[in-house]
Amino acid sequence: MLPGDVSKSMVPRSSCDRGAAASDSAHAGMNFDFSDDQKLLRRTAREFLTAQAPLSLCRAVLESDASYSEALWQEVAELGWLGTAIPEAYGGSGFGRVELAVIAEEIGRTLAPIPFASTAYLASEAILLLGSEAQRRTYLPKLASGEWIGTFAHAEQAGHPAPADVRTVLADGTIRGDKVAVADGDVAHLALVTARCGETIGLAVVELSAPAVDRTRVRSIDPSRSLAALRFQAAPAQWLGEAACGWDRIQALLDRAAVLIAFEQLGGATRALELTREFTLGRYAFGRPVASFQAIKHRLADLYVEIELARSNCYYGAWALENDGSELGLAACGARASASDAFELASTEMIQLHGGVGYTWEFDCHLFYRRAKWLAAVLDGADRWRDRLVQRLATERTVRRES
Amino acid sequence: MDFNDTPDEAEFRATARAWLEANAERLKPGERGPGLESRADPAAIQRAQAWQARKADAGWACITWPKQYGGRGSTAIKNVIWKQEESRFRTPPDIFGIGQGMLGPTIMVHGSEEQKQRYLRPMLRGEEIWCQLFSEPSAGSDLAGLRTSAVRDGDDWIINGQKIWTTGAQYCKWGMIVTRTDPTAEKHKGITYFIVDMHAPGIEVRPIKQINGLSGFNEVFFTDVRVPDRNRVGAVNDGWRGALTTLMNERHSIGGGGAGGPDFTDLLALAAKTTVGDRRAIDDAAVRQRLARFYIRLKGLQYTSYRTQTALSRGQTPGPESSIGKLVGAPLRQDMASFAIDLQGVAGAMNDRERASDEGAWQQMYLGAPGLRLAGGTDEILRNIIAERVLGLPPEIRTDKGIAFKDVPSGRKNQ
Repeated sequence: MLPGDVSKSMVPRSSCDRGAAASDSAHAGMNFDFSDDQKLLRRTAREFLTAQAPLSLCRAVLESDASYSEALWQEVAELGWLGTAIPEAYGGSGFGRVELAVIAEEIGRTLAPIPFASTAYLASEAILLLGSEAQRRTYLPKLASGEWIGTFAHAEQAGHPAPADVRTVLADGTIRGDKVAVADGDVAHLALVTARCGETIGLAVVELSAPAVDRTRVRSIDPSRSLAALRFQAAPAQWLGEAACGWDRIQALLDRAAVLIAFEQLGGATRALELTREFTLGRYAFGRPVASFQAIKHRLADLYVEIELARSNCYYGAWALENDGSELGLAACGARASASDAFELASTEMIQLHGGVGYTWEFDCHLFYRRAKWLAAVLDGADRWRDRLVQRLATERTVRRES
Repeated sequence: MDFNDTPDEAEFRATARAWLEANAERLKPGERGPGLESRADPAAIQRAQAWQARKADAGWACITWPKQYGGRGSTAIKNVIWKQEESRFRTPPDIFGIGQGMLGPTIMVHGSEEQKQRYLRPMLRGEEIWCQLFSEPSAGSDLAGLRTSAVRDGDDWIINGQKIWTTGAQYCKWGMIVTRTDPTAEKHKGITYFIVDMHAPGIEVRPIKQINGLSGFNEVFFTDVRVPDRNRVGAVNDGWRGALTTLMNERHSIGGGGAGGPDFTDLLALAAKTTVGDRRAIDDAAVRQRLARFYIRLKGLQYTSYRTQTALSRGQTPGPESSIGKLVGAPLRQDMASFAIDLQGVAGAMNDRERASDEGAWQQMYLGAPGLRLAGGTDEILRNIIAERVLGLPPEIRTDKGIAFKDVPSGRKNQ
């Protein structure tokens, strides 16, 4: 039904094709599900976050001057979640990306107000993917322990950056330039910054405590997740890896982060649906629960369908990320675009189906509405990922025709 | 997460593939399996019956049926594996699905021992083809509103009324019919289920011409049709339970199989060869957005079916995720066809095998797609099912409860 290369690779193969790293549970077989250990991790994470990260915590950060919840950050760090996908040699626990995805979904459900995505999916992933051995040894233990917060700084103006839009320059060990809307940029210790050296684009490693770094906190559409403008005025910096890695490697990093952030979006969407379902069952009008009207039932059914389609795309994304094969490019686009849309739809429906109270500051709907848009924005909106998807499909098609 | 067979499943797949290699021809790259349009062609029916008999002789008919009725006595996941393998070979259209997938299992649960002995084996071998006589002009989504009557007459029942949307009525030997046997009872409580000989006197089959010009469905008229009481399935006035078994099996048997016609690969190819202004359609931003949306939905459905297969492989009943296939797939095919026609510009108005792009396949899909959204549960009924059974929202408020069926308003009142 679908383009050959991708779907063929997904056709169940005979067990003799299976590599050494087979399923870890007693069950093998068509296994598009999490293992028992991963399910246990999910249960543990959900119990912990239900207790420690109620929506009131998100609201408390949103209504205060705090950039994030330091208490929750400490607890999450102690649980070792930040090092989930970091090898033990660098201070992590050496699990895989699927485990990280499981945690991401739970964080998404609770709108946890911590710089988890910036640190774990972007900074740590960047160093794992592109860093030199020395950089890994220097930075990963700090990020894995939660001692340092990491982030990724890319955009310099409104719009979707092309290579030519990167005007930040790294030369002679210093970096100069401006970055806008850097997630957690006001509190991060370490930033991976897109920069150029002549025509080549790479990722610069910048320690943000340097005096030549100016950071200005800016108002965020979701104040439970902070944003800052960064100005580098000849701040000390080095390339991640031995040299500027090139634009394509940065896209590869974004693909990886996209899958993990998609799981946060999936979690948020699912929780929004659950809360909306609960509300409409308890809210009576015209003598019946509003959830008994087809106008409401069908909208909730449609929302459920969109979330399940996104969930399936996310699961495939997690599988592709774990296997790190050629499937990842398309899988990331599918997971990211569908999860962005599902969370945004869930949060808009949440407000609409709550009616007037959904528009009040007092109700929690706006926490979801804000987080959905924030998560959609920080890694490019769904439209960009759809465009990237077709670009990749067209390339695959050309390659197939020429071979 | 992985997508490999268990050793047991792998062995089953290899055995199935080996038998298929020896008994059928593999589809060539790009070649599609049979569509549904040729179903009523007598030569195609003969080929289908010959293929079914061959499968039955070798133990490949009705994978999940108990061995005592000629089945393989195997699991749902092996049935999925068999269908995956069989779909890679050139085989006749499957005209036995309604019997083998829905009615046979109903007889196994609600039928008498005599009925099981008499009907199941010929059904499995494809010697006797079956149809399902459920919908009526005034009872579609509201199936229990059916009015076709059965009145006791000695050892027989006399059936009068009209059924509609009956697939295959013109070539079937047997049908299973739900009838009204007590109009003074509440609507679900006066229904009785029968097996009826489609060649019995008083049955008239009229094909329905669909908007795509084909006739996959029929109207079936019953005028004083005599059915012996031994053909009753289940107790008198308890037929709704049997009907629910049939419908449950219908839901389980839907999904997986493609409905034929062009697919995303064809759509991508079309976008690469048509133009928008001075560039290829595939390079146009708006076109790309649409293409990506189609791809992601199709993939979402495909991966959702993997989740269903995972449950089957573990011997679990598939969860609610299996209910979304048709609700998403049918409108998606309609949208893809509409978009493909738009890509063709003015030429898209042609529905002409000789001249239209892809031999007019998109135009045919466009004209066929509305039926997919209605058959086997309309989009709206499927949304109700998801809302009520998956999300646990309240059922519809009913105005036909607690009153005799004969007092329930029905049909169209504005004629």
